[in-house]
Amino acid sequence: MKPAPFAYDAPRETAQVVELLAKYGDDAKVLAGGQSLIPLLNFRLARPDRLIDVTRVPALSNIEPRDGSLVIAAATRQATLERSALTAQGWPLLIEALRYVAHSQIRALGTVGGSVAHADPAAELPAAFMTLDARFHLRCARGARTVPAAEFFVSYFTTALEPDELLEEIEVPPLPGGTGYAFVEFARRHGDFALGGAAALITLDARGMCRHISLTLLGAETPWRSPQTEQVLVGNPPDEQNLVEAAHAAVQGFEPSGDIHGSTEYRIGLAETMALRALRRALDRAHTGGRPT
Amino acid sequence: MSTVDLASSTRRVRIEINERAVEAEVEPRLLLADFIRERAGLRGTHLGCEHGVCGACTVQLDGEPVRSCLMLAVQADGRSVRTVESLGRGGLHPLQRAFIECHGVQCGFCTPGILMSIEPLVQEGRTLTREEIRHALSGNLCRCTGYQGIIAAVELALSWAHT
Ligand SMILES: Cc1cc2nc3c(=O)[nH]c(=O)nc-3n(C[C@H](O)[C@H](O)[C@H](O)COP(=O)(O)OP(=O)(O)OC[C@H]3O[C@@H](n4cnc5c(N)ncnc54)[C@H](O)[C@@H]3O)c2cc1C
Ligand code: FES
Ligand code: FES
Repeated sequence: MKPAPFAYDAPRETAQVVELLAKYGDDAKVLAGGQSLIPLLNFRLARPDRLIDVTRVPALSNIEPRDGSLVIAAATRQATLERSALTAQGWPLLIEALRYVAHSQIRALGTVGGSVAHADPAAELPAAFMTLDARFHLRCARGARTVPAAEFFVSYFTTALEPDELLEEIEVPPLPGGTGYAFVEFARRHGDFALGGAAALITLDARGMCRHISLTLLGAETPWRSPQTEQVLVGNPPDEQNLVEAAHAAVQGFEPSGDIHGSTEYRIGLAETMALRALRRALDRAHTGGRPT
Repeated sequence: MSTVDLASSTRRVRIEINERAVEAEVEPRLLLADFIRERAGLRGTHLGCEHGVCGACTVQLDGEPVRSCLMLAVQADGRSVRTVESLGRGGLHPLQRAFIECHGVQCGFCTPGILMSIEPLVQEGRTLTREEIRHALSGNLCRCTGYQGIIAAVELALSWAHT
């Protein structure tokens, strides 16, 4: 099928995007990479009156360091982030997560902010940003605000963004030196949306005990960051028995919805396996000083 | 929902396709794939699923493979596109020869998208393992060949690029 008619704007400044959103609000939609929105338009599952294309705003496509943090402007293409040396050096978890996002042809247009704003429960980047304690900078004509990842994802395909709000930047704080990381997932075919997956960070202290742990599962209503896993491991040795216990703790309260591709029970079992693999791989890397293995 | 006035919302776009500028007045909802097929008259770019899954519509935008079913023509305004028709202008492209030699083509519906996805790798003279070739092909579906001929063809074309 083909999209229903709509009006189209391609402003060059963030201020103009915000003005248009204030004027049209609910009747307009931001168009970023279009890799989720255009399929919905093609099948007429979405029929907005107006699209505001944000990919021609230079300020919205940018990756830069800021006070030790990584700042990714929302309309930065996923392919650009994948090739960013700064990101590879300080936040390799994002690069590992991106490899699972669709195919290179989709990442060439799809944006980082688009994936976050779309909030697909199986999407990799929201889970990675949750693990990294990212903060989302939003802007609208009424003002700007910053929302931490833990509060940004509200439900399936639903975020804290108001209809007149733009996701402007994503800020990822620095990680302690030597932090091990891992992103793992399982899908039937490469590039398909995942049936289960996990992102993990492990920082060890001088005695080899877990100092900082962060583990997020994907596939439920919102990215599932497990406080139980952190409780099991922090201050304790990361031996195999503790990792197994931590992975088991991770799925307590985790509620993925089942469908023809996998029941809820199957997905919980899969998530536990993914959690364990992510913890093991992150630990290996923590032992080798956070270097990719 | 208010009705959008179509006449007032058409735009003039200029897209370079295979080194030829194509200018047209288009509605914003026109997909790049339909611009290529209907306005530029280049029917080598195929439309299968129209939601990014099959890869038949893959073209290169400023040198990078993208889905032309998931991009609006207005978004490609001022940019440069290459379609399968750009290959083999002076005789068959090595990739095309390899596909013939290895039986990488049956009905041919998927072929243009596959060629445009893989051509940059051949161009760069990349050395890829079989696994990496399979990975590079993972964004393109073929309903006929069972893929083995396609993988062999890509392997052959890459080996020629090195000799
Ligand atoms: C075949 C296929 C397979 C895919 N597989 C995966 C996968 O495995 N994993 C995965 O994570 N994704 C996958 N995707 C989705 C892809 O990553 C999309 O690029 C992404 O979800 C949306 O990003 P976009 O820039 O294309 O956004 P768009 O499609 O342009 O927009 C998506 C939504 O977000 C809103 N939006 C976008 N940017 C902003 C902003 N800055 N501020 C406010 N709202 C905004 C839009 O209004 C729209 O509602 C797949 C897509 C396809 C077509
Ligand atoms: S028609 Fe574009 S990917 Fe199938
Ligand atoms: S040759 Fe028929 S779809 Fe690939």
